[in-house]
Amino acid sequence: MTLEMLAILLGGLTIGSALMVVLSKHPVRSVLYLVVTFFLISANYILMNAQFLAIVNIIVYAGAIMVLFLFVLMLLNLNKDSEPITSIGIKLAGIIAGGVLLTVLLAALKDGLVITQQAVDSANNNGLVENLGELLFTKYVLPFEMSSVLFIAAMVGAVMLAKREKQIIE
Amino acid sequence: MVLASIFESGVSIDFYIVLASVLFAIGAVGVMVRRNAIVLLMCIELMLNAVNLLMVAFSTYHGKGDGQVFVFFVMVVAAAEATVGLSILVMAYRNIRSTDVGIFNKLKG
Repeated sequence: MTLEMLAILLGGLTIGSALMVVLSKHPVRSVLYLVVTFFLISANYILMNAQFLAIVNIIVYAGAIMVLFLFVLMLLNLNKDSEPITSIGIKLAGIIAGGVLLTVLLAALKDGLVITQQAVDSANNNGLVENLGELLFTKYVLPFEMSSVLFIAAMVGAVMLAKREKQIIE
Repeated sequence: MVLASIFESGVSIDFYIVLASVLFAIGAVGVMVRRNAIVLLMCIELMLNAVNLLMVAFSTYHGKGDGQVFVFFVMVVAAAEATVGLSILVMAYRNIRSTDVGIFNKLKG
């Protein structure tokens, strides 16, 4: 199996599971298909030799964020019966709008690419932890530290929002 | 290393542009079509991941690591967004017993 066939197979599987996220009626099944999609995207990262991001993608997305989604779904006890139904007109409008978006995106990106054609370094080690860590702690050290402030804000906000309001006792 | 040479082995950058665009469009259609607010948040995650995939592809293609650092920051923002969004949803569910975005119209004048 050549690398090209592998890439096409992975791409097809990724698109298929992403479609199932939107199409499946059961929310829990949507979450599980999204986990599959994230694993396939990680496989694409490995194919592009971005090993650090592949692992981080699995840990952060498939591990943390998706568990959070699943936890909230189970907490709210949502199932197929409580799933709201979209009218056929909105569905049709959404699909047409998405198709137009895809066409415009492809047309714009394909035309812009001709100018930026350039040779590829065959010994590409950019995705390894060593190089990314060096970039992250030298050139991008300020955004890296700022992201911890963002996390604190998000954490405090989530705790504040999810806290039950105090019962007022007469 | 054989995996490092993906863009020299017949796979062009066009392939990843098409793949990421299709994933982004699927996410956008999901946001427009679905009405369950949790599935809406999931479709937003799908769109973010499509952009991440394209950034990693261009980073590898140009032989620079900066794009992958940007993907790292996108992941940070996505994690924060999912946390706050889901806690807002839990709060809204406690008040109106539903996650249907069609019912969230109390702010309409």
